[in-house]
Amino acid sequence: MHIYLYIVAAVLFILGIKRLGKVRTARSGNTVAAAGMLLAVLGVLVEAQALSWFWAAVAMAVGSVIGWLVATRVAMTAMPEMVAALNGFGGGASALVAMTEQIEDTSQVTLATFGGMMAIAVPASIVIGSATLTGSGIAYLKLQGKSVPHPIPKAQRNLAHAAIAVAILAISLWSVYSTGAWSMTSMVLLTLLSAVIGVFLVMPIGGADMPVVVALLNSFSGVAAAASGFVIGNQMLIVAGALVGASGVILTQIMCKAMNRSLLNVLIGGVGDGKVAKDAKDYKNIKSTSPEEVAMLLDGASSCVIVPGYGLAVAQAQHACANLAKEIERRGCMVRYAIHPVAGRMPGHMNVLLAEADVPYEKLLELDKINPEFQSTDVVIVVGANDVVNPLAREKTGSPIDGMPILDVDKARTVVMIKRSLSPGYAGVKNPLFEFDNTLMVFLDAKEALQGILDELKGM
Amino acid sequence: MLAATLLFIFVLASFIGVEIIGKIPPTLHTPLMSGSNAISGITIVGALLAMQGRYHGAAQVLGFVAIVFAMINVVGGFLVTDRMLAMFASKKKTPGKQG
Repeated sequence: MHIYLYIVAAVLFILGIKRLGKVRTARSGNTVAAAGMLLAVLGVLVEAQALSWFWAAVAMAVGSVIGWLVATRVAMTAMPEMVAALNGFGGGASALVAMTEQIEDTSQVTLATFGGMMAIAVPASIVIGSATLTGSGIAYLKLQGKSVPHPIPKAQRNLAHAAIAVAILAISLWSVYSTGAWSMTSMVLLTLLSAVIGVFLVMPIGGADMPVVVALLNSFSGVAAAASGFVIGNQMLIVAGALVGASGVILTQIMCKAMNRSLLNVLIGGVGDGKVAKDAKDYKNIKSTSPEEVAMLLDGASSCVIVPGYGLAVAQAQHACANLAKEIERRGCMVRYAIHPVAGRMPGHMNVLLAEADVPYEKLLELDKINPEFQSTDVVIVVGANDVVNPLAREKTGSPIDGMPILDVDKARTVVMIKRSLSPGYAGVKNPLFEFDNTLMVFLDAKEALQGILDELKGM
Repeated sequence: MLAATLLFIFVLASFIGVEIIGKIPPTLHTPLMSGSNAISGITIVGALLAMQGRYHGAAQVLGFVAIVFAMINVVGGFLVTDRMLAMFASKKKTPGKQG
């Protein structure tokens, strides 16, 4: 019976993910996938007849309440952190499933006696799951803006990581060929080392590369689920885990392409770490302006492009931004939004925020659609974005953002940069755009600045 | 079940995963990630199976924690995705007025 429920659940997952790919059907796609999950859980309740119902129900209730509390309260601006944390829980659960199997099975005999599949799947599930859990934890902290420096100096880092990787392989072997207390000891060691490597691998990754990391961890949480499916010989876990693992890989590729980086380069390069951050002293010829002046500029403009970045999210300024855009439009000026694929700290994050502020998604234009338009644009307002508009990326200067596709805002007649200070973006490089003749800086928090411009504009 | 059969299933499902994700517009990347992430909470199935018939105390405790983690992943993931997509959907009713 349960196998049929699993088959229907797998089909619903596939249909659900497919529907998630179109704006029109996305919400129903999510519901379809959730229905698939419900069937899968029903399936396991039929299959697991010897389950201690009470404790299973308590655990499910606790998890559901926590999930519900978090999901209904988290701000849209904190979505990257939320997804990172959820990845971690998924990975952690998969590692725990493999651990229960190892504890239960190896009191008398070794894992190896159960055959090659168990010998590979149990340690693999523990390693991938634990590393996903702690890696996601670090990603969560970094996305919250906390600084988590790597304890090992950069020169020795790759060597140290390689040493830990070798140790993980060795302990995996030990854990497969041991029983009783030794099996337990090796399992605990394996878990700890995997947790450490997860932390170490995410630590040096620069803020600008966080979208790639979140996508990659998403993929890992799927692979971990599939691995634990091999552990307990369950097709449902393998199918759903493989679907998520593969889709995560594709998303990771899309992110890498958007930044013109290879995945290896992101993981080993450690951009944004150890680079000397340039401060205000490095800039000459900066023209600072006030919201009032920007309002006057907009009053005479006939086309305007808004470039939102993570600063908009941090300041929760999406509503102020949408209101300003409406006022500018009311005055007969065309307003569009330019969305860089890695604006913010997660792919598609800006789209979610602007959707929250009721901006029609047809007005959000992608890089290749909006770039030819900048030449004929009167005013570009860059709200809390930096690296994605840095013209240095077009030149070969050896900077970390070399070759990254950027929004060519400097081609517009006037560029208004709303930014709290001259501090560098996550890539840690100077942005010569600040010094351009057609650039005006507004040194304010995004919300304050946008609200200020809106008030001035309304008073005109 | 036979190891080779499971591997067979894994490989085919991976290809499906690659195929269905290919042409998704960047607008939907965040909900897509949180939605597919919720699906990786499928490990709830493994967690429930892992809890049954476990006699070792440590295994029972870990199984319990696994269920809690997986349920956070499932419920949190689907709910937050729905919240996001509800906002996209509300825009659908007023597509006529942009310039």
